[in-house]
Amino acid sequence: MRLYFKYMSILFKSQMQYRTSFLLLCAGQFFVPFAVFAGMYFLFERFGGLTGWTFHEAALCFGVIQMAFSLAECFARGFDAFSNLIVRGNFDRLLVRPRGTVIQVLGSSFEFTRFGRMLQSAVVLGIAVNGLSIAWTPAKIITLLLMIIGGVVVFSGIYILAATFCFWTVQGLEVANIFTDGGREMAQYPLDIYAKWVTRFFTFIIPFGAVSYLPLLYILGRADGPDLLCMAMPLASLLFLAPCLAVWRIGVRHYRSTGS
Amino acid sequence: MSLITLTGIGKSFKVAKRSAGFREAVKALFVREHTIVEALRDISFTVREGEIVGYIGPNGAGKSTTIKIMSGVLVPDTGSCSIMGCTPWKDRVRYVRHIGVVFGQRSQLWWDVPVIDSFELLRDIYAVPRNICSRNLDMLTEMLGLADILRTPVRQLSLGQRMRCEIAASLLHDPAILFLDEPTIGLDAESKLAVRDFIRTINRERGVTVILTTHDMHDIEALAGRILMIGKGTLLYDGSLSELRSRYGTQKTIKVDYKVSASPIDVPGVQCLSWSSGRAVYTFDSDRIDITELINRLSAGGELADVEIGSRPVDDLILQLYKEHRV
Amino acid sequence: MNAPLSLLKMRFLMGLQYRAAAAAGILTQLFFGLILIMIYVAFYTHNGEAQPMMLKEVVAYVWLQQMFFALIVLWQFDGELFGLITGGNIAYELCRPWRLYPIWYAKLLAARLASASLRCVPVALVVFILPEPYRMPLPASPAASLLFILTLLSGLLLVAAISMLVYISVFWTMSPVGSVLMIAVAGEFFAGMIVPVPLMPDWMQTFAGLLPFRWTVDFPFRVYTGHIGVQEALAGIGIQMIWLAALAAAGQWLMGRALKRVVVQGG
Repeated sequence: MRLYFKYMSILFKSQMQYRTSFLLLCAGQFFVPFAVFAGMYFLFERFGGLTGWTFHEAALCFGVIQMAFSLAECFARGFDAFSNLIVRGNFDRLLVRPRGTVIQVLGSSFEFTRFGRMLQSAVVLGIAVNGLSIAWTPAKIITLLLMIIGGVVVFSGIYILAATFCFWTVQGLEVANIFTDGGREMAQYPLDIYAKWVTRFFTFIIPFGAVSYLPLLYILGRADGPDLLCMAMPLASLLFLAPCLAVWRIGVRHYRSTGS
Repeated sequence: MSLITLTGIGKSFKVAKRSAGFREAVKALFVREHTIVEALRDISFTVREGEIVGYIGPNGAGKSTTIKIMSGVLVPDTGSCSIMGCTPWKDRVRYVRHIGVVFGQRSQLWWDVPVIDSFELLRDIYAVPRNICSRNLDMLTEMLGLADILRTPVRQLSLGQRMRCEIAASLLHDPAILFLDEPTIGLDAESKLAVRDFIRTINRERGVTVILTTHDMHDIEALAGRILMIGKGTLLYDGSLSELRSRYGTQKTIKVDYKVSASPIDVPGVQCLSWSSGRAVYTFDSDRIDITELINRLSAGGELADVEIGSRPVDDLILQLYKEHRV
Repeated sequence: MNAPLSLLKMRFLMGLQYRAAAAAGILTQLFFGLILIMIYVAFYTHNGEAQPMMLKEVVAYVWLQQMFFALIVLWQFDGELFGLITGGNIAYELCRPWRLYPIWYAKLLAARLASASLRCVPVALVVFILPEPYRMPLPASPAASLLFILTLLSGLLLVAAISMLVYISVFWTMSPVGSVLMIAVAGEFFAGMIVPVPLMPDWMQTFAGLLPFRWTVDFPFRVYTGHIGVQEALAGIGIQMIWLAALAAAGQWLMGRALKRVVVQGG
């Protein structure tokens, strides 16, 4: 929506005012996950491989999830930083404006420094694609894009849930980190290396699996099921988003009846 | 025709108790205690179109809560409210388009960018047609003297400049009602006068209904034809300032400066507030004591250099009211 | 010297206030630990023979990292201190009747201890009773457990000294983020927080050995698992002390220079 881009540009202008700080944070956003990637590289070197996966295949998974995470962190930052908004009493400002709360919260904050992590993900994806010999078809490229978009949707959904939590208490918010940072750390390795219950939870409840596992197999040419199903799997993330938004509305209603 | 009608509005909050000390802190890890605070009880009043209403009361009396309910932010526990035919909290998005709100201590402008950028984004949020918006902006710029500061980032503005921009921002979309929550707090004298002047003008020329909460009684004197006073959650007074004055305001003060130091005069029915060499301050009831006679009596104590008679300050009146209602 | 103690107590009380945050933090540590172990299990399943560290030892390493996270992590932001350095209020601090380095050092220690004490015990309670292969192994020997506590605490003192250097560097960079960033990323990697030092390539291990970071994390943890024997542990404590003295001295000297600069420039 046009309004969303207007919000984005005003906040971009804001952040550009602090150039050095911005660049430093960007750099940080590059090196921190890159250190983790380096860790992955050294572990692969030490162990020679992972059950059924080569380094470059894992790197592809890593890159996709990191890219999705950084995009979500940048564009859904409004929900991630919502505790700030509520504590400062600024949510009332939003309620006094003739727009829905979701679009306004989304527009309330962007974190452009996440560009550093996006860059890192691009580098990782580059390394991965370079090291793999995949016959890239338009279908596979679309699948890759859908994986990333699906990941963004899942992470955003988690941010929305965490933000809704703020209506009741601003403490204990770290729990959300289990699913965002934790989810990222976990999903960046191929899902089948984990215990069954982890795989199941993160496929059916918080659908990282739908976003990263099956489509990944399809791209690598190792898929079991029908092609179209694997390609469209990331869209299952929307099934996750819908309840998150419903919970958000409940949260807003609660806020408006109990005050801040 | 009432623009705003509140009937029997009530609202309570649960507040967590927090105690000090080591043992309490550890106990609080496991159990949280709450108390129920009744912020508003049976609030009812009406406001006609074009009125300026001053909403006053001690801190914690329920002013902000009422404003939040009227602006659609908060849902009350009991009672009904009809503003311009809408129930604020039910028809929020539709209703809010026609009101402007200025929260005195919180800014609605984006901090690091020029004021004009914030205005443009607000225009998009409120979906104001461009021509109407620029016409409003021109008028507001002129009336509030914003021409020099429109291109300055908000963080570089002084409080007075920022408040003027805030008020302008809240009027860009031609609201019918303006809610001002402590708009002159912390402002220097010049800015206060500018803000008051502006509110008067906008009310007179555009017919904007203004609800104003404030602690500054000079604001009330300058603007509010009508006062609503709230204390401990209930409405204590609903009437005009002149009514208030006639009810409590017959007390006057008289300050006399003597040319030569004299001893204080005792006049029956007149209370001496202070005495220092050369100056005496008395307070008296102008209904019962004749001023001419009083001056005559006081001049018996020595040659008068200066006489000053003043009305009881509004602050005093209000404090009297608080005391009466024990808030 | 009562002032630092009262500061410590106040910080501690502040920390206790946030009970829900603490609970959430504990769950986070547990989750992260489990995920990491699952990853290692997968690696070891693939090729667990003849590795420099056994899976059991890696499991201990991971859980110790989670339990004592607040004590060892370099990413710490004391907003108050940063505000003092970048703003002008350092003048107030200079007016107080105590020397700045010990006070700030105490503050950092207290913050870490408060954070850690809330997290450590609950996490420990859980990880010792988890099913295999996630269960936390017991210390290699009574001597190992004693040495572990010693090396961990001296490691903490070392971390605080490194942290002080980060804060002091901000006097020059005027950017909290920049300073923390540069040292924290590299420091945590070479401390063994991303990958245990023995699992790194050999050339990297040599490099890590030259830096002080590994003495805060890698060293105490491997004392616990017995990977580092008693003799080596005792020698290691000596090296920790040397690093601590060097870094603390450097910190105090640099701080003196920085504060002089502040006074000269008018703050």
